[in-house]
Amino acid sequence: MGAQALQFVAAGLTAGSIYALVALGFSIVFNASKVINFAQGEFVMIGGMAAASLSAAGAPLAVALPLAIVVAAAIGLLLEKLTIERAGRADVTTLIIITIGASIFLRGIAQLVWGKGIRSLPPLTGDRPIELGGVTILPQSLWVLGATLVIVAALSWFFGRTRLGHAMLATSHNRLAAQLVGIDVRLVLFASFGLAAALGAIAGVLIAPIAFTSYDAGVMLGLKGFAAAILGGLGNFHAAIVGGLVLGLLESLGAGFVSSAYKDAISFVVILAVLFVRPDGLLGVLRSERV
Amino acid sequence: MRISLCPRALRNAALAGAALLALPVFAADEPLRIGAFLSVTGPAAFLGDPEQKTLEMAVDRINASGGVAGRKLVLVVYDDAGDAEKARTFAKRLLEQDKVDVIVGGSTTGTTMAAIPLAEQSGTPFVSLAGAVGIVEPVKKWVFKTPHTDRMACEKIFADMQSRKMTKLALISGTGGFDKSMRGECLKVAPKYAIEVVADESYGAADTDMTAQLTKIKAATGVQAVLNAGFGQGPAIVTKNYRQLGLTPVLYQSHGVASKEFIRLAGDAAEGVRLPAAALLVAELLGDGDAQKPVVVAYKRDYEARYKADVSAFGGHAYDGLMLAVDALKRAGSTDRAKLRDAIEATRGYVGTGGVVNMSAADHLGLDLTAFQMLEVRKGNWVVVR
Repeated sequence: MGAQALQFVAAGLTAGSIYALVALGFSIVFNASKVINFAQGEFVMIGGMAAASLSAAGAPLAVALPLAIVVAAAIGLLLEKLTIERAGRADVTTLIIITIGASIFLRGIAQLVWGKGIRSLPPLTGDRPIELGGVTILPQSLWVLGATLVIVAALSWFFGRTRLGHAMLATSHNRLAAQLVGIDVRLVLFASFGLAAALGAIAGVLIAPIAFTSYDAGVMLGLKGFAAAILGGLGNFHAAIVGGLVLGLLESLGAGFVSSAYKDAISFVVILAVLFVRPDGLLGVLRSERV
Repeated sequence: MRISLCPRALRNAALAGAALLALPVFAADEPLRIGAFLSVTGPAAFLGDPEQKTLEMAVDRINASGGVAGRKLVLVVYDDAGDAEKARTFAKRLLEQDKVDVIVGGSTTGTTMAAIPLAEQSGTPFVSLAGAVGIVEPVKKWVFKTPHTDRMACEKIFADMQSRKMTKLALISGTGGFDKSMRGECLKVAPKYAIEVVADESYGAADTDMTAQLTKIKAATGVQAVLNAGFGQGPAIVTKNYRQLGLTPVLYQSHGVASKEFIRLAGDAAEGVRLPAAALLVAELLGDGDAQKPVVVAYKRDYEARYKADVSAFGGHAYDGLMLAVDALKRAGSTDRAKLRDAIEATRGYVGTGGVVNMSAADHLGLDLTAFQMLEVRKGNWVVVR
């Protein structure tokens, strides 16, 4: 029983880390623009598919993975430049609709470029399971967990110590004030899309060896990441991580102890429950609007 | 006496003769109009894509060799992207605008079910390419299908379990239409083979990890075999997770993953997996006396030469569907829908990629369990278990 529960936890943490990385992408873009970027899931797909096709073409993983992440980030930057920036002062709803359109467009392009088949990516360090006290985990799961930790550390440094990070934080708190003290909020928005796309792509290359990837793999992972971001509290980095991990654990433990039939339903019930009970998420601070 | 023909006379005679010979073609019996709605894109693309390619290839070949009994074939294909609502719209368009004589299509059970009422109302023969037994059971006047049913797959697996003296089965299935239908059929026929289902788990279509469900199966007592009903990447993930957790019971997959892609995705984890599949997959491994061998070998050779891709059983279903219609046209000698329907129902001993088809008024599928081969993955390839 104990080992069984631990097995569920191991699976939950792996999936949760991926959700957390996707959720971080949602939060970063939300902070810069108050826009929910529904194309976030597509970057997960682009990362995974680009890495899989590079690897299949013979590139070693040490080249394929970074290159795939760079490709996704470049597409993220282009997306911002060509659509969001051009929309100018359009309101948030319009921008959100643009991101939905972009996600459909990217999925269509991916289908044309990479075809409709399912792709696999070799794991970073073999797929011989590791056994620890009755729990078996794949080496790739450790990579997922480790990479998530490194990224969290890197992001804390980025937002705590660099000028661009400070500028992003300032913009998220008050866009107008940030603009008044001389922060280029357009540059912040531009960088946010690149960073969010890169985070999504990292999630994509990490999960592909475990769960495969295909041109439409981004849809569900994007939704799960969105659910995680809502669960933690949109726009808060720690909340995104916590939201991702909690969601992964809920799903896995729910499937293990309650019923596997409702595994996917859990994320959507979570979104609804959070929006009803704590609209600002688990770690959110209730904001009140002054009139 | 010498008969001499000047060159001009000779040429005229030749022309007249050719015109006479060609007359039946020029008299242009109406072409046979074949409509297809297939899931060429979307989650069931791995079904619809080879189906579309197969239909185009076979229609081109038949037309190039002069058509069927002097009639050309006209193929109209729409992509329903696996969406039942779109399938219904396209089926309607095929019937009302394109005025097809026969429909060969419906890649998934969902899309097929959406189009059945339309085919029935309009009185158009409809040969479905989808798996579920519910398509032809109860028998619908105008509806036929070519693929084995999920019930036959269950029975083939259970017969294999029986021969290995296994009685305790754990089920793990996806939540898609195919998966749910097969799970239901397996639960229904299990008692017939004295098989007890001791665990019954499910997973979502886009799930990335099934270790939670498999851990539960591992904890269930006495499991001798695990059956995974599903298609797409799900069964490949199940197979990988299965080895990761070190489960030892025999793992059976369904005919839904009967393509090389499954072995490629699951890699080493696929070793030892058993599944029921059509003869097409193991064309070269069939005995020389096998009636299906020439058909499947020829189809496989043509398909692989034209598309540079591995054949799958699904393209074979489309081939069978088209050839059933063509065979019926030969016997009916008319594109009249009612006559075509009667001719399809009267099909006897037609050898297709899916098996030997013997239709009757009570059986609009016409296959028996011999149509399935039990395969096992060994060293990254299929081996027929006898």
